[in-house]
Amino acid sequence: MSNTQSNKVITANHLLIGNVVYLNSQFDWVNSLSDAKVFTNETSIEEAIINANSQQHEVVGVYSINIDLLNETITPKHFREQFRNKGPSNYNHGKQSEV
Amino acid sequence: MNKIVSDLGFRSLDNIIIYENWSNFSESATSIDLPLDADLSLFKGNLNKFKIIRIDFPTFADGRGFTLAKLIRIRGFTGHLRAKGHIISDQYAMLRRSGFDDVEISQNLAERQPEAEWLFRSNWKKHYYQNRLGFNKC
Amino acid sequence: MYIYTEFDDAFIKARNSQFRNQVKRRVDGNLTEDEFKPLRLMNGLYLQLHAYMLRVAIPYGTLNSSQMEKLALIADRWDKGYGHFTTRQNIQFNWPKLNDVPDILDALAEVKMHAIQTSGNTIRNVTADHFSGAAAEESLDPRPYAELIRQWSTDHPEFQFLPRKFKVAITGSKNDRAVIRAHDIGLRLLRRKEKLGFEIIVGGGLGRTPMIGKVIHEFLPVSDILPYLEAVVSVWNTLGRRDNKYKARIKITVHEHGVKFIKQLVQKRYNEIRSTFTGVDPNLLTQIESAFAPPIFKSADTTGFKCTYENDAIFRSWVDTNTQKHKESDYAITSISLKTHGKTPGDASSEQMRLIADIARLYAHDEIRISHEQNIILPHVHKSDLPRVYDLLRTKNLNTANIGLISDIIACPGMDYCALATARSIPIAQEISMRFDDLKLEHEVGHIQIKISGCINACGHHHVGHIGILGLDRAGVENYQITLGGDATETAKIGERAGPGFSAEQIVPAVERIILAYLDIRMNKSESFIETFHRLGIAPFKKALYPNLKQSLKIENQGKAA
Repeated sequence: MSNTQSNKVITANHLLIGNVVYLNSQFDWVNSLSDAKVFTNETSIEEAIINANSQQHEVVGVYSINIDLLNETITPKHFREQFRNKGPSNYNHGKQSEV
Repeated sequence: MNKIVSDLGFRSLDNIIIYENWSNFSESATSIDLPLDADLSLFKGNLNKFKIIRIDFPTFADGRGFTLAKLIRIRGFTGHLRAKGHIISDQYAMLRRSGFDDVEISQNLAERQPEAEWLFRSNWKKHYYQNRLGFNKC
Repeated sequence: MYIYTEFDDAFIKARNSQFRNQVKRRVDGNLTEDEFKPLRLMNGLYLQLHAYMLRVAIPYGTLNSSQMEKLALIADRWDKGYGHFTTRQNIQFNWPKLNDVPDILDALAEVKMHAIQTSGNTIRNVTADHFSGAAAEESLDPRPYAELIRQWSTDHPEFQFLPRKFKVAITGSKNDRAVIRAHDIGLRLLRRKEKLGFEIIVGGGLGRTPMIGKVIHEFLPVSDILPYLEAVVSVWNTLGRRDNKYKARIKITVHEHGVKFIKQLVQKRYNEIRSTFTGVDPNLLTQIESAFAPPIFKSADTTGFKCTYENDAIFRSWVDTNTQKHKESDYAITSISLKTHGKTPGDASSEQMRLIADIARLYAHDEIRISHEQNIILPHVHKSDLPRVYDLLRTKNLNTANIGLISDIIACPGMDYCALATARSIPIAQEISMRFDDLKLEHEVGHIQIKISGCINACGHHHVGHIGILGLDRAGVENYQITLGGDATETAKIGERAGPGFSAEQIVPAVERIILAYLDIRMNKSESFIETFHRLGIAPFKKALYPNLKQSLKIENQGKAA
């Protein structure tokens, strides 16, 4: 099984603001997908999710998503997560407008 | 040790009650444990032979216990009705209004839901729409 | 409209302070997310794709200018300057922050509004005919009973943790503008031999398994409605499935047990509950009823209006599409379209909201309605004021003359906002709307209802659209299925699936083909799309949609749709 099949990142929503966040390699929650930690191993991602779920004071709704890693650029595989990383298509709101 | 929650707050269980099971209880049983999907029609006698009926809430998100309590009261039960299990303080007024007398919670739950939270919801007679609209007998 | 009593004010105040406390306990960690979630849902707070979403209740779709202004203020102060009006007559704010929500609720309380039970496994907002009290046809105003039911369902101790959500709709007219046949309970208020009562319909619903509701009671005297509803919800609370989210609604319970059996259970439960009910306090009832008394209609000269109507073609066009006959001959029911071509259906900016509030206060007896079609209604406007109203609406782009036309599309927020969605719906609505504006065919096409849902939950009511569009995920790509011939009125009907779905690029040309086929085969201009569909069936439209489809594939798809 090729490694690129199981590339994942962990995502959630910020408890207070509600915006989309990703888990980085320091196990902090960051706004930018490009700073997310890429997991290639099922076990370590499951552990990280369990860990993240216990950080209930920071985030809500933790789960993993499949991503493509091309030349160090992370792109979500599914269009839902692409939208989540961008924002709605009818206004310049959401992540696309984050500074 | 489990706690009992009433309008006055917490108290410890003062005596150990042996609850018999709804599915198989003895002639002389006076304390009964009821699952929240209990079929009351299976019981042919008078509910008032029981001194205390305790209804289990395995999860606070399953609201059948409230309807069951209501039915038990409508059918004339005047004894003690207790709710037990995973119940949060925010449900206290709902439980009292549905006909429960008090709530039994675990030590663990009591720690996460301190007495002040339950007392905060204990004025269950106030802001009671349904009562005001005429649902006020029984 | 209903005026809050001290009781109502005190209730909201206590409720808001409870929620503020719940937020604090969540942030402190004393409530887990699992415990907090049903509590925040009970107070209308969702978590969506990009942010939280607060759904504010607009009871039976009625509000006044102060309330509309407060919604505008909330949009500006705590959100991004706009709100979205929904297919259940509520308003949604898409960007609130958790810690601001208690403040938003307090602001709402100042104008007697709230977000209670707009979400969660509770009894939701009772929706009503948006022409109540104004329609020219013979009808009764059901809203006093909607208010009674609202109070009865608010914080109901037994019904805060139901198997699923429970939705009630009410009308007082034979013409069903409230989609009562697609609700868990649909109520039609009617008079029979001097007595007022309800026809009660149970088990309607859209979504995964769309069903038209069945009559469970032909005529229940109004005095019995609360204990009867209590019996229905009580029986369902016990019986409704909790093992499978997709089979939990009462429509499935009725389907699985049969309406006869359910009716027996309800009757039995009703007899028991009735003994606990002493009846609604007559003073309370009088107070509620008097709150819905019609306004004091004015008399004024309509010559100016008639003149403008005759001489100004654009004004005339707007009057013809956007106003409906009022029971007072010199008044008009006026619809404000929130479907400007290319804009998001149902969205209004805070500026637009404030303008509508001003107009309502000056020219519409301070009464505003939200329709389930995501437009705003001013039910009582004197014709002499229409030219002025039109000019004012124009200043904020609220004068689109398209009510009931092809660009008057109902669309759910879809995957641009909603965490449940499988595809986007807003861009499709925008593209269809702009396409037919470009083609200048809207008035030629006439009355047609397109409804778009971004997932199988059908919040866009696509099942009951003349043309329904359902957005799905097909192998990781957005794909749109078309249904035809649905009906949201008293002749309610679920649409038929036309065939294989279309990509985002193909769906608008597909809709165009349907319309061109209609224009081609209709008897004459006065035969509407749905009338042509009833006359000729789905075959000519299938042919237009799938011109190259082989016979075998057609049969295969018909089998799937069956």
